[in-house]
Amino acid sequence: MRLGKEDCIRYLLAAVAGSSLLALAGIVIFLFLEGLPLFSTHSPLDFLGGMLWYPTEDPGLFGIFPLLVASLAVTALSSLLAVPLGVMTAVYLNELAPPAARRIIKPFVELLAALPSVVLGFLGMVVVAPFLQDYLGAASGLNLLNAALVLAIMSVPTICSVSEDALHAVPRSLREASLALGATRWQTIYRVVVPAALSGIGTAVMLGMSRAIGETMVVLMVAGGAAMLPESLLDPVRPMPASIAAEMAETPFRSEHYHALFAIGIVLFLLTLAFNIVASRIAEKHRMAGSSGL
Amino acid sequence: MKFALLCAAAVTAVSLAAPVAAGDLTINGSTTVLPVVQKAGEAFMASHPSVHLSISGGGSGNGIKALIEKQCDIAMSSRDIQGKEKTAAEKNGVTPQRTAIAVDAIVPVVHPDNKVSNLTVQQLADIYAGKIKNWKDVGGDDAKIVVISRDTSSGTFESWHELIMKKTRVTPAALMQASNGAVSQAVAKNRNAIGYLGLGYLNSTVKGLSVNGVKASADTALSRQWPIARELYIFTNGAPAGDAKLFVDYLLAQDKGQKDVREVGFVPLAK
Repeated sequence: MRLGKEDCIRYLLAAVAGSSLLALAGIVIFLFLEGLPLFSTHSPLDFLGGMLWYPTEDPGLFGIFPLLVASLAVTALSSLLAVPLGVMTAVYLNELAPPAARRIIKPFVELLAALPSVVLGFLGMVVVAPFLQDYLGAASGLNLLNAALVLAIMSVPTICSVSEDALHAVPRSLREASLALGATRWQTIYRVVVPAALSGIGTAVMLGMSRAIGETMVVLMVAGGAAMLPESLLDPVRPMPASIAAEMAETPFRSEHYHALFAIGIVLFLLTLAFNIVASRIAEKHRMAGSSGL
Repeated sequence: MKFALLCAAAVTAVSLAAPVAAGDLTINGSTTVLPVVQKAGEAFMASHPSVHLSISGGGSGNGIKALIEKQCDIAMSSRDIQGKEKTAAEKNGVTPQRTAIAVDAIVPVVHPDNKVSNLTVQQLADIYAGKIKNWKDVGGDDAKIVVISRDTSSGTFESWHELIMKKTRVTPAALMQASNGAVSQAVAKNRNAIGYLGLGYLNSTVKGLSVNGVKASADTALSRQWPIARELYIFTNGAPAGDAKLFVDYLLAQDKGQKDVREVGFVPLAK
């Protein structure tokens, strides 16, 4: 009787766990079913390398190269801003901050992650955009830099909390050994603790980037939306998620344009998947390293 | 158990009392017209529970095609029916009947501080094609023009593309915004920007331009003096009859459908 109940619960939990796998499989199959038909009429090379995105023309032009570049540029620039901020905050919180400061700062950094992206997008539109126009002379404040700034704010919490976990996992014995050898606190941090946590920090960076590349609302609101290759940080761009979000609602069902938007979804999915695989690879290495990894 | 039985009995009684054949109207076509029909359709179904509308967008061409192939009862279209389509309809024994339900008028807008207050249709087309790049070429300050457009799948873009661009390409450097609100916001925050809005979305944060010397208003749009205006139609097979007539009458009623027309940003038809 007791065994029966145990089994019951075990199967129930397995089914619940399996359902999320099923949902993922369903979504991936659907994504490919709706996206791949595009390639019966357009070659993948024209799709990925094409410079012109004029989906509603007849015949439509589905070149996503400027969109792809926009996504990568926005993600790279935002990580350039967010990684130092996030990692340094984590170092401060874990290594230097007195408990009182830590108790105040940490919840606020986490609260940053809870801000809805549409609120941040709005902030980018009404605060950052006029600032970029008035002080940096941007033709339009809705541009690459604006999107990167707002996305950086969004990815700091992810990068900070994952890096902090990594720093926290560095064995106390390493720090003590370093200090005992006469190293200063600062030397201990940048010569011993950070290198020991480097793979965990790498995971944090990849997770932060995959958050940035898939983010939709912010880039829809503040990236400007011009489907061309940016020549400067102040040029408007149109990252892939923005295109999907803006166009999906009004495109005719199962038209070429519809399939093209799903094909963009496939590209985006593969990119985030790649980021996540790299992140978990780095994490795996980290686990094996332990205190003997130095 | 008894309660469930009672419920079942009540449901049966109600369904018996309802008309046997509930009306089902299929509506398909232009995404420009779609918001009006959707909005009016919701209110219509609430007041006419016996008629069920299934409304979908897909472009004017698709709507008219569906009407010709008898796959829909009402086709929404932002353009008149073409000769080819008329012949195809005759062949299928369908006589498309046109009913105008609203006027779509679009106004180019700039920042309130912009000196420019009038542009010609040709100047607008050149600005949006990326040929005119500086405000000084059209009588303004020496500053780069920031071109703001609607997303290519929106009905407003379609109208602009047809009436101003004459189907030529909008420059890829144009900032594509997803809604009238976003365009208005972007123009209001940028003194070098130009954008366009549905007449119903014109507000005090931006300056509406006159085009070819004509000022945009409901009156100039209805009298067709305003160059960026077009009628929006629905097509039925023959004169609207039965449930379709009920719905068309609803759409054209000043206090009902025409109110929805104004609310989604179009110009109601003159009485």
